[in-house]
Amino acid sequence: MTQSQSQRPGTASQDAPLAIELRGISKAFGTVQANKDISIKVRRGTIHGIIGENGAGKSTLMSILYGFYKADAGEVYIGGKKTEIPDSQAAIDAGIGMVFQHFKLVETFTVLENVILGAEDGRLLKPSLAKARKLLTDLAREYELEVDPDAVVEDLNVGLQQRVEILKALYREADILILDEPTGVLTPAEADHLFRILKGLRDQGKTIILITHKLREIMEITDTVSVMRRGEMTATVKTADTSPEQLAELMVGRKVLLRVDKTPARPGKTVLEVRGLRVVADQGVERLRGIDLDIRAGEVLGIAGVSGNGQSELLEVLGGYRAATGTIRMNGQELDLTGSASAARSRRDQGIGHVPEDRQREGLIMQFRAWENVGFGYHHEPRFGSGMFMDNAALRKDCEGKMARFDVRPPDPNLTAKSFSGGNQQKIVLAREIERDPDLLLIGQPTRGVDIGAIEFIHKQVVALRDKGKAILLVSVELDEIMALSDRIAVMFDGRIMGERLPAETDANELGLMMAGMTGKVA
Amino acid sequence: MDYAGLIQILDSALRLSTPLLFACLAGLFSERAGVFDIGLEGKILASAFLSAAMAAYTGNVWLGMFAGILAALMLAAVHGVASITFRGNQLISGVAINFLASGLTVVIGEAWFGLGGRTPQLEGPARFGELTLPFANAIRDVPVIGPIYADLLSGHSILVYVALACVPLTWWILSRTRFGLRLRAVGENPAAVDTAGVSVVGLRYAAVMICGLLTGLAGAYLATALSAGFVKEMSAGRGFIALAALIFAKWRPWHALGATFLFGLLEALGNRFQSVELLGVTVPTQFMQALPYILTVVILAGFVGRAIPPRAGGEPYVKER
Ligand SMILES: Nc1ncnc2c1ncn2[C@@H]1O[C@H](COP(=O)(O)OP(=O)(O)O)[C@@H](O)[C@H]1O
Ligand SMILES: [Mg+2]
Repeated sequence: MTQSQSQRPGTASQDAPLAIELRGISKAFGTVQANKDISIKVRRGTIHGIIGENGAGKSTLMSILYGFYKADAGEVYIGGKKTEIPDSQAAIDAGIGMVFQHFKLVETFTVLENVILGAEDGRLLKPSLAKARKLLTDLAREYELEVDPDAVVEDLNVGLQQRVEILKALYREADILILDEPTGVLTPAEADHLFRILKGLRDQGKTIILITHKLREIMEITDTVSVMRRGEMTATVKTADTSPEQLAELMVGRKVLLRVDKTPARPGKTVLEVRGLRVVADQGVERLRGIDLDIRAGEVLGIAGVSGNGQSELLEVLGGYRAATGTIRMNGQELDLTGSASAARSRRDQGIGHVPEDRQREGLIMQFRAWENVGFGYHHEPRFGSGMFMDNAALRKDCEGKMARFDVRPPDPNLTAKSFSGGNQQKIVLAREIERDPDLLLIGQPTRGVDIGAIEFIHKQVVALRDKGKAILLVSVELDEIMALSDRIAVMFDGRIMGERLPAETDANELGLMMAGMTGKVA
Repeated sequence: MDYAGLIQILDSALRLSTPLLFACLAGLFSERAGVFDIGLEGKILASAFLSAAMAAYTGNVWLGMFAGILAALMLAAVHGVASITFRGNQLISGVAINFLASGLTVVIGEAWFGLGGRTPQLEGPARFGELTLPFANAIRDVPVIGPIYADLLSGHSILVYVALACVPLTWWILSRTRFGLRLRAVGENPAAVDTAGVSVVGLRYAAVMICGLLTGLAGAYLATALSAGFVKEMSAGRGFIALAALIFAKWRPWHALGATFLFGLLEALGNRFQSVELLGVTVPTQFMQALPYILTVVILAGFVGRAIPPRAGGEPYVKER
């Protein structure tokens, strides 16, 4: 396959006039220098990728271009003309549209209201709404962006909400469209659809800036790619002239292993047995509709799925803090499914460790120090004190050891959890749970918001734990991660397991279909 | 109770609910834009005082009303600067405004008039008179609707009608105009408004000032229409009752009319029936007069269904940590 070169409108785009030029952009948030003297040129009619680890400053740079933040220094040229962008209105006037990573939609409004907000014609809504409805239908048809104009945004799934954001930009006649990590919330099929739309827009002469941290997407769709690291722009290269390995190295600043090295699993006896698990949420909605699972010692069971299909509930039930019906046996012993505090605590005694999906809310107390966080859930154990007293010195010492073994940077137990980067926060949680030597480790979104360097480390830890003969339940929305780590893959959709596959016998296509609720049999 | 008695109670309920209605709509504008305001009470009080003082001084109730509005606008501006420009805590700013108004009105009142915090009794053109609607006298004798028109609807001060007119007006502004759309949006998700190229700060100031205007009218009505002068602490918790009514009304204008009328009715009942025999037990006066406050507590405790406030309510819009 000749990749996407064949679809590009010739090489002319490579010397097309500049759509955007940024010169010497700098921006600090407090003491954090998010952007350092950044310059970049984006040619008209191209898809320009911006790649970099979490916290590299990609979102900040684009938010400056869109007038959301004000740069401390630097100049913006649009279409060759120096342009001041004090606020988003100025950016919109200059033909820029942006789809933020966290959508900027009014959830209680309809699609139509969201689209016209700020771009109304006149003081009364009625004529604006009528005009927008017409235009929206045309745009939707032209770009395959169908969405019900009268639907309330909070009732739409994230894929459709993203369409609304794109429509908002097109409605404002944007020539330059910025998308910040657009595929993070999409199924593979939805992502393909989005890419088709983006290519269509480019072929009409629009300029697209695509932020992502996924190398595969960069290789698949961009014409040019710029790499950011720690607030600086390290390189801009033509996509055709580079490779994922080179980009990864540019991002991290050293060679990284993109594949996970592991030997075939040698599964032992069954550790966890889940039968007919059901969860009914607050509004009577069934979140889990009868889950059956087995996990054996020495294997990683990966749960794939688009977020919101019951994975979180499954982890919460297994972690003991959500009530459910059905049965779960751990090493043959039945577990308490009442979701009470004692249930959560007894899980640890039964050998279940948990690295929750949302480490900032469930895994750590952000205002507490690292050594305090490392003790959580285990603070009542004799090694950390006696009776009602805690042995702080022992906790600190324990934390120091864990920080060294898990390469937490900076290795200072007295720092609060929130002052660590996402990757290092995750290492603190991992250290706490893994070093307790659980028989079963539940691990949710282990590398969400974690930089590539740390991803490599975390993946190695997971494989090492497996090789020690432990059972691992991995939940991730990153299909690549599931494929790389799992020995078996179960796909969840709408509270059910759609099926199980062996990584060697399936591919992203089949899994993607299953994640969208289809049986996965590809014709 | 006979029909005439019923009409009388409803009539009194309408009068008593008017300041609540102004205040409730005031809170509605502010809170729908995402700025919580427990300083309604203080603004009503300040306006009541200054409108009565000005009316007493000039003998002109209209000048009094404008002075009252001005006082409320000034306090609203203080709340705006504290909570929008300086992104302070909206509750603290509101509490401060209440204390400020409660103290200043008495101190200044004593200094100006030496009547122990009161203003002189207002008479004639220094007070809002009663308006007789057209044909009121001619229709009075028509059965059923006659009294409703002539005794219940007719014969109030002009501010009662202004308050009633504010209900559809508010509804229209919120649901039918560009300003209303943006105002609702900024209370739900200010970042959406900001990235759509509209000033969050501008919208929120506009909302807070409208709130000032309406609380100003509430205060002026209280001192120069419902009563004939200012007495200390005359707002008597109406700002808080209006907030309870706002929650009860789920932040919607027509519901606000219903909610504030209910409170007005309870107050009217408390005034009318000093003590009531119920199933052989005598309900004490104090209980009857506490009815509106009891309902307030019940509503705030969340017994009346779940009310979802504007999502960005109470939170200053901060982009950079
Ligand atoms: N609004 C903000 N306030 C303070 N710090 C911020 C803000 N936004 C981003 N940062 C910091 O700036 C740095 C760059 O962040 P960001 O631009 O979001 O990176 P990226 O999009 O590449 O992941 C990070 O260290 C982040 O913590
Ligand atoms: Mg980002």
